[in-house]
Amino acid sequence: MAPLFPYLLRLADDRLVLGHRLSEWCGHGPILEEDIALANISLDLIGEATLLLKLAGEIEGQGRSEDALAYFRDAIDYRNALFAELPRGDFAFTIVRQFLFSVFSLLQMEALTKSANADLAGIAAKAVKEARYHVRHCAQWVVTLGDGTEESHARAQTALDELWRYTGELVMADDVDRDVANAGLGVDPSTLASAWRAEVDRVLAEATLTVPQVTYMQRGGRDGKHTEHLGHLLSEMQIVARSHPEATW
Amino acid sequence: MTPPDDSQWPLWEVFLQPPKGEPHEHAGSLHAATAEQALQNARDVYSRRGEAVSIWVVPSASITASTPDDMGPFFDPGNDKAYRHPQFYKVPRGVRVF
Repeated sequence: MAPLFPYLLRLADDRLVLGHRLSEWCGHGPILEEDIALANISLDLIGEATLLLKLAGEIEGQGRSEDALAYFRDAIDYRNALFAELPRGDFAFTIVRQFLFSVFSLLQMEALTKSANADLAGIAAKAVKEARYHVRHCAQWVVTLGDGTEESHARAQTALDELWRYTGELVMADDVDRDVANAGLGVDPSTLASAWRAEVDRVLAEATLTVPQVTYMQRGGRDGKHTEHLGHLLSEMQIVARSHPEATW
Repeated sequence: MTPPDDSQWPLWEVFLQPPKGEPHEHAGSLHAATAEQALQNARDVYSRRGEAVSIWVVPSASITASTPDDMGPFFDPGNDKAYRHPQFYKVPRGVRVF
């Protein structure tokens, strides 16, 4: 039996946690129009996470709903890459991270449209359309910031330097990934690495940004070993649901 | 059009084409630094729920508009020239349903 449940948690948690980070910009965007754009992307990611968690709950068969999985799991049970939980930083950090993730997500979801699990293939088909727009929006911003003023270039480069050592975990594969890939249900993320890097390099070159020399890639999130930041994020995200369990509105 | 103390990016006017074949209609305006950004912002602000099949964005500064002072002389001159209005035609019976 392929480990589809833990695999779905990885897909969902990347999007839920990153979507929450983006939602922190709501009302604080640099300009009204970009505030709306970031909230839009955030809602897309949280919507994808909702569908993935719902499916994960069904696969698990323990009667856990998408809300139970989102609000009543502790940090140690979350399976997102560390990349997603880092604090939102400045606008450049948010945009560079969203760009790096969206390029990966687009490749991942394109591949998942061929999943042998029809529900997962359907979710992926919806997510592909959203991710394509996220890439377009963020790539345009990466070029604007990177190839912009001295300050915007410096901020974008600093963001890239900080983020790069967390990108390895996105395209790293372990037994869970390989098993679902062999069963035709999921995608081995390491097979997406070269296509991801090619697209990222293309945009970074246009943005006059330089990929930093990093020898060690951070990892741990896929096994539940998170940074301190995730606990703080979850406490904020989960407080209402945990204070008023079973509440409806 | 833009007040001098406006610290925002340049203003753009947005036109949406509802379904194919219909003319583009003015939807509103927004701020953006470039045309591509204006297009993306227009998508997010005015066309999130599938309202449009096509979007035009135009720098507001490129639009030449009539002024409120034009109201009288510009738009009124036709009223005493009855022959400009199509009221002397008999509408064929078959067309009356419209």
